[in-house]
Amino acid sequence: MSDVDIPRTARLAVPSATALRRLAVALVAVAACVAPFQLEPFRVFQLTMVLVYAVALLGLNLLVGHAGQISLGHGGFFAIGAYTAAVMLDRWDTPHVLTLPAAMAVTFALGFGLGVPALRLRGLYLALVTMTIAIFLVPLLKRFESVTGGSMGLTLSRPEPPSWTGLAEDQWLYFLALAVATAAGLAVWSLLRSRVGRALHAVRDNEIAAEVMGVRLARYKTLAFAWSAMLAGAAGAVNTWVIAFVSPDSFTVNLSILLLAGIVVGGLGSTFGPLLGGAFVLFVPTLAQDVNQAAPGVVFGVVIILIMYVAPRGLAGLAGRGGRFLDQALRKK
Amino acid sequence: MRTRTIRLAAVTAAALVAASACGGRGEDGATTAGDGTCQGQQTTGITDDAVKLGGIYPLSGPTSAYGEIPKGVKAYFDYLNAEKGGVNGRKIEYIVRDDGYQPPKSVEEARRLNEQDNVFALFQTLGTPTSSAVMEYANQRQVPQVFVSSGASKWGADPVKHPWTIGWQPSYLSEGRIYGQYLERERPSAKVAILYQNDDYGKDLRTGFVEEIAGSGVTVVAEQTYEATDPSVDPQMRNLAGSGADVFLNITTPKFGSQALAADAANTAWNPLHIINNVASSNTVLKPVGFDKVQNIVSAAFLKDPSDPQWADDPEMALYEAKMAQYAPGLDTKNAFYSLGWASAGAMEKALAAMQCPTREGLMAAVRGLSDVRSDLLLPGVTMNTGPQDGYPIETLQLQRFQGERWNLFGEPIDTRKAG
Amino acid sequence: MADFIQQLVEGLGAGAIYASLALALVLIYRFTGIVNFAQGEMAMFATFIAWQLVQAGVPFWLALGATLAIAFGGGMLIERVVIRPVEGAPELALVIVTLGLFILVNAAAGWIWSFLIKDFPSPFPGGALDAGGVHLSYSTLGVLGVVAVVMGLLYILFRYTKIGLAMRAVASNPASARLLGIRVSGVLALGWGLAALVGAVSGVLVAPVLFLEPTMMGGVLIYAFAAATLGGFDSPVGAVVGGLVVGIAETLAGAYVGVIGSDLKIGVPLAVIIGVLLFRPQGLFGRAAVERA
Repeated sequence: MSDVDIPRTARLAVPSATALRRLAVALVAVAACVAPFQLEPFRVFQLTMVLVYAVALLGLNLLVGHAGQISLGHGGFFAIGAYTAAVMLDRWDTPHVLTLPAAMAVTFALGFGLGVPALRLRGLYLALVTMTIAIFLVPLLKRFESVTGGSMGLTLSRPEPPSWTGLAEDQWLYFLALAVATAAGLAVWSLLRSRVGRALHAVRDNEIAAEVMGVRLARYKTLAFAWSAMLAGAAGAVNTWVIAFVSPDSFTVNLSILLLAGIVVGGLGSTFGPLLGGAFVLFVPTLAQDVNQAAPGVVFGVVIILIMYVAPRGLAGLAGRGGRFLDQALRKK
Repeated sequence: MRTRTIRLAAVTAAALVAASACGGRGEDGATTAGDGTCQGQQTTGITDDAVKLGGIYPLSGPTSAYGEIPKGVKAYFDYLNAEKGGVNGRKIEYIVRDDGYQPPKSVEEARRLNEQDNVFALFQTLGTPTSSAVMEYANQRQVPQVFVSSGASKWGADPVKHPWTIGWQPSYLSEGRIYGQYLERERPSAKVAILYQNDDYGKDLRTGFVEEIAGSGVTVVAEQTYEATDPSVDPQMRNLAGSGADVFLNITTPKFGSQALAADAANTAWNPLHIINNVASSNTVLKPVGFDKVQNIVSAAFLKDPSDPQWADDPEMALYEAKMAQYAPGLDTKNAFYSLGWASAGAMEKALAAMQCPTREGLMAAVRGLSDVRSDLLLPGVTMNTGPQDGYPIETLQLQRFQGERWNLFGEPIDTRKAG
Repeated sequence: MADFIQQLVEGLGAGAIYASLALALVLIYRFTGIVNFAQGEMAMFATFIAWQLVQAGVPFWLALGATLAIAFGGGMLIERVVIRPVEGAPELALVIVTLGLFILVNAAAGWIWSFLIKDFPSPFPGGALDAGGVHLSYSTLGVLGVVAVVMGLLYILFRYTKIGLAMRAVASNPASARLLGIRVSGVLALGWGLAALVGAVSGVLVAPVLFLEPTMMGGVLIYAFAAATLGGFDSPVGAVVGGLVVGIAETLAGAYVGVIGSDLKIGVPLAVIIGVLLFRPQGLFGRAAVERA
C-alpha cells in the first residue's frame, strides 16, 4: 500500500490480500449478526449446528493443523462434554450457563491425561488409539446407566431466552452458540499469535529441530491436546443445549470420523477452516441424500474424495488460492 | 489506513441494508381451520385433495438395513393414490429423509419436514434414540408423530405429557412377557440362557421376560450381551452353552440372530429349546442358516411373513405381492422389511380415513380412538386398539414354531393387555 | 479346565479372523506407508463378488480364483484412480481419501446387494475335532491354516524378493527410490493390488462365520488394527501373533473377568493398543524407526 502514485479509485478496486481477508471477516461478522433475524427458524437452527461443529473443529484444528497430531477420537470428547452438561441438567437442574465451564473443565482434564501417553504416539498410531477410545466410550456410557440414562439417553430442557431480549428460542440458542464460537475463535487466535503458537508450529514442522532449539516439546504437545479436547467438550455442551437430548448413539465413532473429515475438508491450519468444515459436516450429508436417496453414502464418499482431489489443503486453501488468483488477475489490469 | 476503515464501514452498511431489505420473515407455513367443530385446529399439510406425510429412517450408515422399510410404505401409498384415489379423496405425498440413525440428525430432519416441507404428520420415525430425540420437538410444536417404528414402551407410556406421539408394534416388554408365560406353561422348571443386545430394545425384552418369570419355577442361569458393533456373537454363545441351560432366549437383530442360530446348530453338545425374538424371526434370517438347522425353534409374530408359504393364497398377501411388483419393481418382496412398511402404511390409511376433522388434532384423536381395527397383513386375530389412556395400538402376538420350511402358528393370539 | 481350553480355542478362532485382515493392513503399510481404512470394506466388496459368482452357478473354487484376480485388478485400479491424484498431498489427505473410500464402498455394496444377510459357502468341511470335551471346528483349523500360508508367502515376499526390497525403498523414501530407478508408481499399484487380494482372502474366510452383509468387516477392522499395532505395522508375523493374542485376550476377558463382561470386551484391544504403544511403540515384531532430522 506504499505506492502512492496509484489513483484512489484504482486502490479501491484492487484490495490487497490482507484487506480481502479483513473484508471477509467483517462480512462474516455482519452476516452472523443479521442472519437469525432474516432466516427461517429452521435455517437458524442449522446455522446454530454449524457453529457447534465449528467450535469442535477449532479444537481439532489446533491439534491437527497446528500441533500436527491426528485425532480420530474427538467425537469422544464432544460426547463427554455433551454428557457432562446433560448429567448436570438432569440430576441437579444446574443453570445451563454453568454446564459449559464444567464440560470444558472435565474435557480439559481428560485431554491432559490422555495427552501424556499421546506424546509417545505419532501420526497414524495416535489416530488409531484415539479412535478406539471413541469406540469404547459407547458401551461405557451404556454401562453406567444410572447416571447416563443408558442407551435410552436423557431428554433435557433448552435454555430459555430471557424476556428482555425478545428473542425466539432458536435465535437465542443461535446467539449462545455464536458467543461460544466467537470466544473460542478469539482464544485460539490469540493463543496462536503468542509464544505457544510459534512453539506449536515449530513442533509440527520439525519436532527434533524444535526440541534442539529449546522448545519444551512435551509440555506444548500435552497442552495442545488438552485445549483441543476442551474445545470439543465446549461444543458438546452447546450441542446438548440445542438438541436437548443425548444418547450413546448420538456419538458413535462416525462423529469422530466426520469431524476429522470436516477439518481436513475445511482446511487445516486456516482461519476459516473450522467454519467451512462445520458447514461441511452439517450440509453435505443432507446434500448427499438429495442427490441419491437410494445410497447417500455413495455420494458422500465421492464428495469427500473429490474435494481432496481438487483441494488437498481443504476448502479454505481453495478459497485462498481463488482469492490470490483474483488478486493477481485484478492487479494485472 | 483511513481508506480501509471507510471501505469496511461502507461494505458493512451495504450488507446491513441489503440484509434488512429481505425483510421480516413470516412464521412457518402453519395454518388453522376456520369454521365448524374443527375450528382453530391445525390444517398444516392437508387440503381437500392432498395430505403430506414425512418419515425418517437410516438410509446411510451401519443400520441402513432399516432403510428398506420406507420402500414398502411408498409402494402402498403409490397404490392407494393410483387405484383408490388416495384416502377420502386425498392423495398422499410421502417424503422420506435420512438420519443415519443419529439423534441430532433426526431432530434436524424432523424440523425440516415440519418447517420446510410443512408435512401434516411425521409418519414413522425409526429407532428408539432417534425417535426419542424427535419426541420432545414434536410435542412442543404439536406435530403428530404417528406409529413410531420401535417397540420401546415409552411411546404410549404418557399420553398426557406426550399426546402427539404414539407407537404401533407390540412393545418389546410385552413380547418378553409372552415368552415367559409360554415357558411357565410348557416348561415350568426351565433353566434359561439369554443373549441380548446391549441397548434399550434388548434390555426391554429381557426385562419383560424376567419380570414375568419372577416367582415361578423358570430361572435364568446365564446371560450375555453383545454390542451392535461387535463382529460376532460366537464367544457369547460359547459362554452360554457352558451354562447347561435347557432353554435359549435369543434377543438379537437379524445378523446376530443368524449367527446365534448357526452357533447353536453347530454345537451338537448343547441342544436347548431355542426361542428367537420377532425381530429376527423372518425367513430371510433363517434361510442363510439352513432350514434343517432351525427346526422347532419358537417365536412370536403379529404380521404375516411374506416368505412363509402358508400365506401364498392369502388375498392380502396376494395384493401385496402384485402391487409391490407393480409399484416397486425389482424389490425382493420376501423381505419382511417391505411387508412391515406395507402393513404400517395400511394402518396409517385406516387412521387417516377415521379422522373426524381433517386436522392434526383430528389425526391424533383418530389414532387414539382405534377399536378393533384390522389392516392388511396383520395376523388373523390381531387388531389395533387404543384409547385416551392406551397408546399401544397392537398388543396381540401369537406364538409360532418353525417346522419344515415355514412357521406354524399355535395356541390362541395372546392379548398382552389381559395377560399382563 | 476343558472349559478354559475351549475358551482358548474360541479366542484362536476369533483371532485368526482378525489376523487375516491385519495381514492386508500390514501389506499396504509396507508397500505405501499408509493405513488404509477402506481395507475391510474392499474385502467385503470382493466377497460379494465371489457370492454373486457362486449364485450365478460358477463352481466355488473357480469363483474364488476369479474373485482374487478381480480383487487384485480392482486394488490396482483404485490406486490409479483414487489414490494417485492425491499422491504427494499431505498424509492426512490420504487418510481422508481412504475414509471416503470406506463410506463409498460400504454404501455401494448396500445399494447393489442390499443389507440383507447372505449365507456364504464355507470352503472347509463342517463338523469339529473332539478331544477331551474340547471342540475344534474344521473351519477354525482351516482359517488358521490359510492365515499361516498367507503369512509365510508375505514373509518370503518381503524378505527374499527383489520386489520386497523395492517396496521397502518406496515406502521409506519415494524420492530416493525414484532416483534409484525404481518405478515407484508401479510398486504402489502392486501394493494396493496385493493388499486387496489378501483382503479378499480374509473376506472369504470371514463370510461363512459372520454371514455376508455390507457391515461385516466394520467390527473386524477395529480388531485388525489392534492386531497390526500389537504386532508392529510392518511385520506379517507380528500381525498374525497380534491377531491371535487380541482374539484370546478378548475372549478370556469377556468370559472370566466379571467387571469387563461381554459389553466392554471391546476395551481389551484398546488396552492392548495403548499398552503396547506406551512400552514398545514399534510393536512386538516391528522395527524401531531411527530418526534423522
